[in-house]
Amino acid sequence: MAEIVSLTINGRPVRVPSGTVVAAALALAGESRFRRSVAGHPRGPLCGMGVCFECSVTIDGRPHCRSCQTLCAEGMEVRTDE
Amino acid sequence: MSDANSRFEVVVVGAGPAGLAAAAAAAESGRRTLVLDATPWLGGQIWRGREAKGGSGSAKRWLARLQATDAVVARQTTVVAAPRPGVLLAESPEGPREIGWETLILTIGARELFLPFPGWTLPGVVGIGGLQVLVKGGWPLDGKRIVIAGSGPLLFAAGAEYRAAGADVVLIAEQTDLGKLARFGLSLPRLAPRKITQAAQYQASLLGVPYRPGCWAVSAQGADRLEGVTLRSSRRTWTERCDVLATGFGFLPNLELPRLFGCRTANGAAVVDDRQESSQAGIFIAGEPTGIGGEGRALVEGLIAGFSAAGRLERAGRLEKKRRRAMAFSRAMDRAFALREEVRNLASPETLICRCEDVARRDLEKFGDWRAAKLHTRCGMGPCQGRICGGAVEKLYGWDAASNRPPVFPVQIGTLRDPEPGSRGASK
Ligand SMILES: Cc1cc2nc3c(=O)[nH]c(=O)nc-3n(C[C@H](O)[C@H](O)[C@H](O)COP(=O)(O)OP(=O)(O)OC[C@H]3O[C@@H](n4cnc5c(N)ncnc54)[C@H](O)[C@@H]3O)c2cc1C
Ligand code: FES
Repeated sequence: MAEIVSLTINGRPVRVPSGTVVAAALALAGESRFRRSVAGHPRGPLCGMGVCFECSVTIDGRPHCRSCQTLCAEGMEVRTDE
Repeated sequence: MSDANSRFEVVVVGAGPAGLAAAAAAAESGRRTLVLDATPWLGGQIWRGREAKGGSGSAKRWLARLQATDAVVARQTTVVAAPRPGVLLAESPEGPREIGWETLILTIGARELFLPFPGWTLPGVVGIGGLQVLVKGGWPLDGKRIVIAGSGPLLFAAGAEYRAAGADVVLIAEQTDLGKLARFGLSLPRLAPRKITQAAQYQASLLGVPYRPGCWAVSAQGADRLEGVTLRSSRRTWTERCDVLATGFGFLPNLELPRLFGCRTANGAAVVDDRQESSQAGIFIAGEPTGIGGEGRALVEGLIAGFSAAGRLERAGRLEKKRRRAMAFSRAMDRAFALREEVRNLASPETLICRCEDVARRDLEKFGDWRAAKLHTRCGMGPCQGRICGGAVEKLYGWDAASNRPPVFPVQIGTLRDPEPGSRGASK
């Protein structure tokens, strides 16, 4: 199960083991601010299970994707900070 | 999926321990069964990710038991509405999908209860269970300094798991008092003998980590992310430097689907009879939505629901004693980890209660109930639909923050008008 998946996070290439969720890939890449709140505060994951939406990022151009519920896929493009 | 594949005798929503057990029991009883889950995983919060790793212990046993049946599994399929009687509307990567059911089993689990305190919105403050789930998905903890502050038996399991992932667990702060904990411990041999061995294992793996009952986090500090946490006990207040604060005060049953179907709820849980049937005939509910009781309760309730849904009441009845024991354990847990007044009330006037819309406590307090507060502040109207702040205001003000407008999860544009019977997903 040591397959590797390559994706980009804010344009930077990142390689993670398959089975990694996008939120974890962001943390592995050193990101702590996943999004900004309506008043501009930095936010990161809270619930880990898809209910709080604090881990929302843009995946392959689609905004507001919950990174804790999405598995990394080959060639995926992830952007933080919506 | 063609139409022929979109009608089932039994549809199980949620593939955690309760859902796996329910689907296995129904399928073993010869019913055409579908089990679906919003995530790409089977096993719910506790077993997720185990499938790919071959699984172990009970995860492996239950996954194998389900796989030995011909139950159909649908992943990444989220139930969002019930457009007509006997029909569910679900969203999946292939688009919206309608699923017909004759008997429905809701096993949608629970979410963590978070109590707001100054600084709780900083990146680095994470749910206790939430972080466990993230770790299962590859979240790195190696070398991180972690403080765990909250309540419930999960604190031990979490501490052991974080440590196994390489974290430096600085402290486990349990808000409940030592006296209550001791009484709970004394009841374990009778209520849940297996838990004793489990507790001993956790204790061994947490050697050297201070576990402090009667202690809680009062605030978190940091500029753009968490840098430290201030803790309090009856004797002192002090600050610990840390990278992660894992917090959570137990679990709240997920009730959005039971409410959507008009199933009766009381005291924040779905009401069911001893066959797990809800107030709506043909709709069964099992696991955390009926009351928090962990894996053991979820499994036995799931089996009872699955056998009952298949009409095998005698088979279900044989599990009654186990079910009673699991419920007694739940009640003991509720007593032991009841919230102290101080932790309900940690938010300052500036503390945000609603994280989706950035609504502070002082802006909420002008209103007498949830409905008025929502209308004027947009509290609870963001993407989480009150799943996070709702629990907090219930504990803060006693407001009833139930919300059951469909869709029960935010949906892609089109889901709610698209599915003409027969057309869904076909052209994607
Ligand atoms: C975040 C979190 C982490 C936890 N971690 C642990 C742990 O590490 N160890 C431990 O002992 N206990 C843990 N628990 C407690 C654990 O959930 C229970 O002990 C037990 O496993 C509950 O089983 P269940 O089947 O009732 O619910 P769950 O395991 O929660 O399963 C419910 C399933 O329903 C699905 N679902 C919900 N709504 C929908 C919908 N609308 N459409 C489709 N699917 C839906 C969810 O995706 C989920 O997979 C955790 C709980 C939470 C909330
Ligand atoms: S962390 Fe809450 S939705 Fe992802």
